[in-house]
Amino acid sequence: MAGGQVVTTTRTGGALVHEPPAAPTPGREPGTRAKVLRQLTRNWVLLVLVALIVTFWSISGSEFFSVPDFRDILYNASESGVLAAGMTLVIIGGQIDLSVGSVLVFSSVIAAKVIVAIEGTGTTFHHPDVALTVGLLTAVVVGTAWGALNGVLVVALKIPSFIVTLGTLGMAIGLSDVITSGADIAGLSPTLQTAIGARQVLGVPLLVIITAAIMVVAGIVLARTCFGRYTYAIGSNAEAARRAGIKVGRHVVVLFTIMGLLAGVAGAMDIARFTTTSVIAHGADNLIAIAAVVIGGASLFGGSGTMFRTAIGVLIPAVLTTGLIIANVQSFWQEVIIGAILICAVAIDNVKRSSETKAG
Amino acid sequence: MGGSLAPGVEAVAPPSVPALMAEHISKRFGHVQALTNVSLSVGAGEVLALMGDNGAGKSTLIKVLSGALSPDAGRIFVLGQEHVLATPSQARSIGIETVYQDLALADDLSACSNLFLGRELRRPGLLGKLGFYDEARMRAESVRQIAELGARIPDVRARVKMLSGGQRQSVAIARSAIWASEVLIMDEPTAALGIVQTAQVVELIKRTRDRGVAVIVISHSMAFSLAVSDRIEVLRLGENEGSFVTRDTTDNEVVAAITGSQWREARS
Repeated sequence: MAGGQVVTTTRTGGALVHEPPAAPTPGREPGTRAKVLRQLTRNWVLLVLVALIVTFWSISGSEFFSVPDFRDILYNASESGVLAAGMTLVIIGGQIDLSVGSVLVFSSVIAAKVIVAIEGTGTTFHHPDVALTVGLLTAVVVGTAWGALNGVLVVALKIPSFIVTLGTLGMAIGLSDVITSGADIAGLSPTLQTAIGARQVLGVPLLVIITAAIMVVAGIVLARTCFGRYTYAIGSNAEAARRAGIKVGRHVVVLFTIMGLLAGVAGAMDIARFTTTSVIAHGADNLIAIAAVVIGGASLFGGSGTMFRTAIGVLIPAVLTTGLIIANVQSFWQEVIIGAILICAVAIDNVKRSSETKAG
Repeated sequence: MGGSLAPGVEAVAPPSVPALMAEHISKRFGHVQALTNVSLSVGAGEVLALMGDNGAGKSTLIKVLSGALSPDAGRIFVLGQEHVLATPSQARSIGIETVYQDLALADDLSACSNLFLGRELRRPGLLGKLGFYDEARMRAESVRQIAELGARIPDVRARVKMLSGGQRQSVAIARSAIWASEVLIMDEPTAALGIVQTAQVVELIKRTRDRGVAVIVISHSMAFSLAVSDRIEVLRLGENEGSFVTRDTTDNEVVAAITGSQWREARS
């Protein structure tokens, strides 16, 4: 049982470890103190995650904290993982996207409308395969369109992304309510769950595999390609990037478009899990995704962060949720603890920054 | 020196043709005439110090030469070929590199990444086409170029924000020097540096010049300009005020031209 647990965590974790965890520039430090500090700060969130798992494991006894528990943890974290992957790109690029939860909802609402239009509702469903394929692709396309709109507004109108995406946050959720008249579209065909939402491949939920694949690909793009390097450069010093001949505006539009696409994917995952839209359930998704990226050690000012550390930032709250239930602690404590971890993450980031400045 | 223009040079480029020549450049901002009929030229393997008091038009001229500003009038020749420098990218594509006063470095990236920013070496084959860069090759090339320039950058993998002011300056100059095939323009490269670091910048500039690059450097420092340049061009109130061969002049002469306290025509 115990061995099984370890295997399950390392399966997903292992896939992510293959992605280079290093920042683009693992440089030697001028002093050993700075070096030790840097290593600690780079890995402390990973230590927190391991500590949490060990703690809950020992509290609960191995019979409770089992393979299905880990499966649930990853399954429940799959949507926020997809959002956090996009948010990592956006934040490293020096931007922010508050609209992701609303775009997720809007995408799922349109997808649900399309699915209902094709297969109908009730007890008999027509062409569920076609309905589901077209519907889920619609979610992705709709999300991408919102993302592109965010990017174009930020770049063309030179409005800070905080403001633009605060605006589209309201627009997307408002339009979702308009389209559904405030009532969720429920009763989509169960094929959604059997084919995608609840499907397992070799004991791993398909949604977890999709999330892991997205994070690995996005992580490699970030750490190994020119696109990734330009993202760091723009977040670090947009004017320097511009002078180096990088098309900064276009790049920022692409970052927001990718974010929108991934919000659409998360929207598709959402209806595939629940066979219903959930308009009011995603109000905090943006903050969960941003918190994951920040807990992972990225700077909100842009220029730093890695996908591997974001993955840890996603898993910490997910482990806490399940762990606190198993440990029989009121689940409300989860938000308290995550809040504390978030503040610690930024505090340590600040210490790191000032120590670097002193070193220079 | 602007007057040394031979007619019909744009047709061929014999070795004696200047690497960069600007002719009768004028630029006006609203009611302010920033540049009036300014000319200068600099040859390959030559360092030209551009001096002048605040408001003399040095920065405006540099911006025109680096493609950041379009002049109202005047022509620019690179190796005898006339060019319209509409954007900095265009200037860079014909071998004119500029080191800005604010350095324009991406602090979160390594020195190596900054040297190659926007010009990454790609991996061979399909991976390269997919946008994968070749870190090992860029690192080796950075180390080689930095050694050749004699720049003091201890570790090209270190993030630029970890470096000292002098080292950051070295990264910025090395980046431009590596890519400048014809002209390297520097705006106040020693403004924030100490004595030792300034000496290093002088060395960097001389090594770049020895690679056959034409160097234009703006400086307020008389000592620096005398130490680094082959010629000194003085601007005053947006016009050419004097042109000096460095080894034949004195700081008094140059100061007189800068302040306009004494007219001194030193054109040869």
